[in-house]
Amino acid sequence: MKLKSIDALNELQAQNLKLLETRRIMDSAGSEKTQGPVRHVMVCGGPGCHSSGSPGIAQRSEEELNRLELSEQIKVFQPGCFGFCEKGPMIQIFPDNVTYCEVSSEDVTTIVEEHFLQGKIVEHLLFMDPETKERFARSIPFYNGQLRIALRNVGYIAPENILEYIAADGYQALAKVLFSMKPFEVIDVLKQSGLRGRGGAGFPTGSKWEFTRKSPADQRYIICNADEGDPGAFMDRSVLEGDPHSVLEAMLIAGAAIGASEGYIYVRAEYPAAIHRLKIAIEQAREYGLLGKGILGSDFNFEIELKYGAGAFVCGEETALIHSIEGARGEPSVKPPFPAQKGLWGKPTCVNNVETLANIPPIILKGAEWFSNIGTEKSKGTKVFALAGKVNNVGLVEVPMGTTLRQIIFDIGGGIKQHKTFKAAQTGGPSGGCIPTKYLDSPIDYESLAAIGSMMGSGGLIVLDEDDCMVNIAKYFLEFTMDESCGRCTACRVGTKRLHEILEKITEGKGTLEDLDNMERLCNIIKDTALCGLGQSAPNPILSTLKYFREEYIAHVVDKTCPAGVCKSLLKYEITDKCVGCSLCVKKCPMHCITGTTKKRHVIDQERCLKCGACMEQCRVVGAIICH
Amino acid sequence: MCEAGTPNQFAQKLDNYIDSLTHKKENLIAVLHYAQEIYGYLPDNVQWHIAQKLDIPSATVYGVVSFYSFFTMIPRGEHVVNVCTGTACFVRGAEKLKEELENQLKIKAGETTPDNLFTLETLRCVGACGLAPVMIVDGKVHGRMQKPQDINEVLAKYRPEG
Repeated sequence: MKLKSIDALNELQAQNLKLLETRRIMDSAGSEKTQGPVRHVMVCGGPGCHSSGSPGIAQRSEEELNRLELSEQIKVFQPGCFGFCEKGPMIQIFPDNVTYCEVSSEDVTTIVEEHFLQGKIVEHLLFMDPETKERFARSIPFYNGQLRIALRNVGYIAPENILEYIAADGYQALAKVLFSMKPFEVIDVLKQSGLRGRGGAGFPTGSKWEFTRKSPADQRYIICNADEGDPGAFMDRSVLEGDPHSVLEAMLIAGAAIGASEGYIYVRAEYPAAIHRLKIAIEQAREYGLLGKGILGSDFNFEIELKYGAGAFVCGEETALIHSIEGARGEPSVKPPFPAQKGLWGKPTCVNNVETLANIPPIILKGAEWFSNIGTEKSKGTKVFALAGKVNNVGLVEVPMGTTLRQIIFDIGGGIKQHKTFKAAQTGGPSGGCIPTKYLDSPIDYESLAAIGSMMGSGGLIVLDEDDCMVNIAKYFLEFTMDESCGRCTACRVGTKRLHEILEKITEGKGTLEDLDNMERLCNIIKDTALCGLGQSAPNPILSTLKYFREEYIAHVVDKTCPAGVCKSLLKYEITDKCVGCSLCVKKCPMHCITGTTKKRHVIDQERCLKCGACMEQCRVVGAIICH
Repeated sequence: MCEAGTPNQFAQKLDNYIDSLTHKKENLIAVLHYAQEIYGYLPDNVQWHIAQKLDIPSATVYGVVSFYSFFTMIPRGEHVVNVCTGTACFVRGAEKLKEELENQLKIKAGETTPDNLFTLETLRCVGACGLAPVMIVDGKVHGRMQKPQDINEVLAKYRPEG
């Protein structure tokens, strides 16, 4: 059914509002809502929950409901990511607004029997605060302080049903743009909203659109950059899988504002689920006349095509991405000319990241002022972070700009695992830096992060604790950029390799103080001479760790020790006088370098020791084998 | 990893796909994706054939194949075992997991077992950071892989019985 007018869209929305009625919670307590027999069981389909078996849980739920002949009133859905990956697989039940955590296939029967048949909450599956042991059916602390704009529909609507998106005000922003706004007004709204690119650099989105619009051409292109390559970042994937239509709608709006009739989504081939959802979404949008010719009865035509990446991190850089779409090696080129002037096939092209696009429909509907009231002076709106590492609540969080690291890590993230000490937060992936404890209270926005030597990047936020060696972390990121450097600029191609070699030398205990100075100098050369963002930011992990954790580098090169006990070559395993001589370690040692008689203290031959730690893992006496 | 069929059927299928495209050389990457799906990898003769069909130098095809890590010129084993080396997995012990897999499979990352059963590779972030460290076998994610015993059990599922 092709929608031929704005009225047809409104009518379709009105007809389908009932789809979401059950899930619409009027107040956070959920108690005011009349609880009829109709229930919606939402089984999280995010990447984390999916991996831990949520599809099986959804299937089991349907089977159980069928068995008890409840499937008429109780429907099972698999929406996108709920965000609270740590406690997955998760189930939410509406309108009760009850969330169950770490649900196993066996638990499904319990939930169906107790929750649905007996009407009581299954206490032991509720989230439990690890400190207070308090259980939460709703208002889980993880979600306090979060504000979902880009993720507004993720985990809420069924992503494979366009009608649910339409019911949730979907394509209304497009209709507004097509029928009651002029292109320059759309661009003005974006400029006033203060929205900046969420892919990393933070360029103002409205200005990017304006530049593209102003470049004279017979054809312009919109590209959605869905080549999310930062290790540890999965927010774009969650949007694509959980709310693909919001990206399509934003691309249509961009097309109308910029004067483009063709768009491409450049998506990683490593994201098959996202590709699958996008294909379905594009198909449905076409079916409803929201893609193609004469959209909603206007004279606006727009088509979207999917293009697959092939595993090159540098393709997240816009000029490299454009070359990749053109079928070539994804190497960046010199700017200017900017893609806004000369991009895909030599035509003006606007490249926007997935999360940036997902913000656009609500900005159009609610206005620039609404959006610019959220966030800090120069960074407006919210940012999605993939919170991971040594933090209790791993997950996807969306918070207003200006929220502090402390709030994210300790309030939302629930603090550090196993009560260890926080050491640093790594933001911005391989292009970012490590932020030490003293900056825990600085607000997170583009400027503050840059000022302390890191960057927003795409939003990966990895928490490191006392057991992490900062030199090793820097080495990890350099290994990444060394692998991913496209090789075009000598400084980046050779420089990252040399930096990695020096770091390797330091972690093996062969480094000197001179190495630290050389490394710093080389870092600055690469920053100044590399062509694209990958090279220019590749030294950041080293520079920021050298700045804030210099004493760890010094420990490696001068004292030849690794304070965190990570760098193998610098470790020493020793057996203390607590040893009872059980000889378990002797049997386990792959080098057969532990000797001793039964019931007497054993000795490790340091010359031959591999430092594999097998002896320590095997030992049953606390403190009998130590590692320092 | 590859489809069943004879070399002639493969070539026919690939040609049909290329013929169906309006733009040829612009779609080189899409063609390579398709070819790798059929053949399982991209040997010299397939690259050469694609170059001919798209009317571009075979050096260009090789340049693209060697640039992107998704494309491989070596056949993979029956099951592909990937270790996620994303940052979250890295800080939760991906390196140890990789070493353990190398031990158990007796190959290094990037290699295939002599019986052609497993290929061991690494990749960056599958978005299952809550389950770190993770290993992925034929696309299925196995999380919290810290004990050698657990790893062994996962691998056992993919070994032929007996």
